[in-house]
Amino acid sequence: MNLNWRLIIKNGLLGGIIAFYLSAIGMAETFSQRYLISTFLSTGQLFVAVGGVTAGILTARALKEDYKKSTAYIGSLLAGVFSSLPLILLIFLIQVLVIQQTGQEVIFRWRDMFVNFSPGLVAMLTFGQGLGLGIPLLILASALLAGLGATFILFPDRLRLAWLNGLIWMLGIGIFSENVTQILGQFGGRGLARFLFQQRTLNPIAAILIFAGAFAIAYFRVHKTVQNRWTGMPARQQKRGRTIGLVLGILLLISLPWMVGQFLSQALFMVGLYVMMGLGLNIVVGYAGLLDLGYVAFFAVGAYTMGILTSTGPLGQSDLSFWAVLPIAVLVGLAWGVFLGFPVLRMRGDYLAIVTLGFGEIIRILATSDWLAPFEGGPQGILHIPNPNFFGITMHQPQTMYYLVVAGSLLIAFVTIRLRESRLGRQWMAMREDEDVAEAMGINLVQTKLLAFSIGAAFSAMAGAIFAARLGNIFPHSFNLLISINALALIIVGGLGSIPGVIVGSLILVGLPELLREFTEYRLLMYGLLLIVMMLFRPEGFLPEETQKRELHADEEELAPLET
Amino acid sequence: MLKRYFQNISWVDVFLRVFQIAALIVITIGIYNTVTTGRYTSAQWATLVFAGLAQGSVYALIALGYTLVYGILLMINFAHGEVYMAGAFTGVFLAQYLSNIGFLDSNPFLGVTALILLAGTVSTLIAVLLERIAYRPLRGAPRLVPLITAIGASFALQYTFRGLYGAEFRAYPAVKALSGLVNVFGFNVPLVQLVVLAAAVVFMVALYLFVERTKMGKAMRAVSEDKDVARLMGIDIDKVIVTTFAIGGALAGVAGVFNGLFRPQGVYFFMGFFPGLKAFTAAVLGGIGNLPGAMIGGLLLGVFESLFPNLILEGLGIPSANQLRDAFAFTMLVLILIFRPQGIFGERLAEKKA
Repeated sequence: MNLNWRLIIKNGLLGGIIAFYLSAIGMAETFSQRYLISTFLSTGQLFVAVGGVTAGILTARALKEDYKKSTAYIGSLLAGVFSSLPLILLIFLIQVLVIQQTGQEVIFRWRDMFVNFSPGLVAMLTFGQGLGLGIPLLILASALLAGLGATFILFPDRLRLAWLNGLIWMLGIGIFSENVTQILGQFGGRGLARFLFQQRTLNPIAAILIFAGAFAIAYFRVHKTVQNRWTGMPARQQKRGRTIGLVLGILLLISLPWMVGQFLSQALFMVGLYVMMGLGLNIVVGYAGLLDLGYVAFFAVGAYTMGILTSTGPLGQSDLSFWAVLPIAVLVGLAWGVFLGFPVLRMRGDYLAIVTLGFGEIIRILATSDWLAPFEGGPQGILHIPNPNFFGITMHQPQTMYYLVVAGSLLIAFVTIRLRESRLGRQWMAMREDEDVAEAMGINLVQTKLLAFSIGAAFSAMAGAIFAARLGNIFPHSFNLLISINALALIIVGGLGSIPGVIVGSLILVGLPELLREFTEYRLLMYGLLLIVMMLFRPEGFLPEETQKRELHADEEELAPLET
Repeated sequence: MLKRYFQNISWVDVFLRVFQIAALIVITIGIYNTVTTGRYTSAQWATLVFAGLAQGSVYALIALGYTLVYGILLMINFAHGEVYMAGAFTGVFLAQYLSNIGFLDSNPFLGVTALILLAGTVSTLIAVLLERIAYRPLRGAPRLVPLITAIGASFALQYTFRGLYGAEFRAYPAVKALSGLVNVFGFNVPLVQLVVLAAAVVFMVALYLFVERTKMGKAMRAVSEDKDVARLMGIDIDKVIVTTFAIGGALAGVAGVFNGLFRPQGVYFFMGFFPGLKAFTAAVLGGIGNLPGAMIGGLLLGVFESLFPNLILEGLGIPSANQLRDAFAFTMLVLILIFRPQGIFGERLAEKKA
């Protein structure tokens, strides 16, 4: 048997380095007590396992073409063995640097530097068995994990998908146990929740049942059968089916907040808010091609307009209702879009990006300063902004506010679609492709750019106004760069210029972090890694617009023959 | 003649011209008021200028990394501020150790050199890794895509170092040999600021010579002119790009140590974000892609930022002007780009390449 050792060692070490990294920054130990399935598997262990599994997947994929299956399995197991080496190194580092220093007087305590190099981590990595037995166990476990990773690649297709499906559902329900419990609770399924989970962790029988169910659904290709029957139906029935589907979809959209409970409704509200902003920014970046990194400025403008005009506190300037101020906020946002758009009319590309970023920061800093504090409260912000009142119902729950953002998103989506198909939309896209040519074709660049800027700004201001009315208090720190970045990232992750993409992007980049609140300080780390991984594997986004996709794939076709 | 001139200008030009004049008037009034009321003595102004120069040399060193990468890849390396943080944050541990054993006081030169070496190495490593993982696979993708990975990398690096070294502030120890005042033109200036300024200038001159005089420097310039032609000339593009990132990273690490030496506020995982933004501002100020531009831009930004809130804003009667320091840096960026979009030394990149 002539194995490609270089490749095996390389992939094995790569996986090991991932495991080393996740352990060294504390993700392993911090979550070592957060169990997913009974007490067999914790989230911390899952993080460490990522290394071994990755090693197995990479090796199996590389060996699949040129070798027999059995050889590929053996290669993957060997890669798993190598993937344990960085972890063993970590164990020894902790042993030598940290554990030997404990209780001694030293000038430099390594634990002060590497705060997560703890004895607990060693205990976790050696399965609490001490070094002598623990290290062989770790090697064995790494090899097995790599073998598991290899099965994701090497199993026959049908089995492979079912196997993956089962594992993903089982782990997913384990990770989101709290949310699942909440949803079940809304349906009176407390009993079921109690059967599934013992103190947030899946009970083993439930885990096996979930796995088996998901496995069976994928293995017997239930969705394929449904699809086949659907295509087999006569056209009239299909039409009726579509209407029923639409009605069900609308009903689902309406009843969603009552099905998922308070906490998840708040998450949905945030998702909806970002959909509104994303749709607005999509016009600026996706259609007009103007890279705006200071989008939060308009969000803040909308929120402060709402705050100043409706607050019942000392800073309130009038006692207008939410509904009267909402259009005012939109108009103020529009005006600010023109105002901030004007100076940057002559700038392009990265210069535009950095100047708009500057605007965003300027507005935030001004809002925090003492200078403007008499008008908008400085760092203390504006308090006592009343919740909107809808025909006598005060919308103080996230469930009711959810309808507001859904209505807002639908309105903005409608306007966006109409604009895209209009003359103006075509002018934007022409400008995006080439400014000089667009101008030569008789497009008034000043007007077109300002319209893109100000319409985008107006939508963001609308979102900001709703945000202020939901929270009741606004503070300048809420309007930081992260909001601009989030809005930009979500439209790119979803697919630049695509409206369904905005929704998908917002669910992934806003909804998911809301659900993963328990990961606290590691949430933004995961967000960052997710952005990188997303862009590496799907640079065109999840649901790209057709032209965008074609452009990227045309590139690949051109390059592909050269590289192979 | 005049008629044709009027035909050619659009109302955007008129607006921008009016805006420029208004800005100039506001600045003049502010300076006039402050100077005539004599709120500060000349010694106080000198203190502000030298503090600004020291801060500016840190900005300049970081800005060089931005400008080098932008010159070659036409890409904003948004995560460069985090590269700076990595060096500074790692260096602080060695600094504390050396200070505890007394080495930093007995051998200040060797001690600081060791700090620079460590921080520079860590930052270089991070910068090279960043290029390898987040940017290289995306060469040739639409320009927004690497920007997003850069933003992602920025978060990932921040929280990686938070996980690794913890979330607390850690302060660089004061170096005894560098504390104390020096007399420059009759003003008392902290020695550490002068040393930082001088050392930063040495690094900048070294970089300039490297780019202008060595073969690798020549290759870098060739790649920034035209990648494809450079490849045809037998230049290894990947090697040049990695070198660029490595040099930028090393300078950022050095900047991190300097920052720690003269600013007692301490370092932590989020420290790279704003200096990164400001260094980018400095790079744009000097004309991005232009090395002397980044150096001068950094120094100018440092001085402006330290001087102008007191000089202009207080003259206009704005309370607690120093709160607006950061806003001021960005306002200046906007103004400069309106007055002179290509930056101080830049060619018309904005229209040619962007």
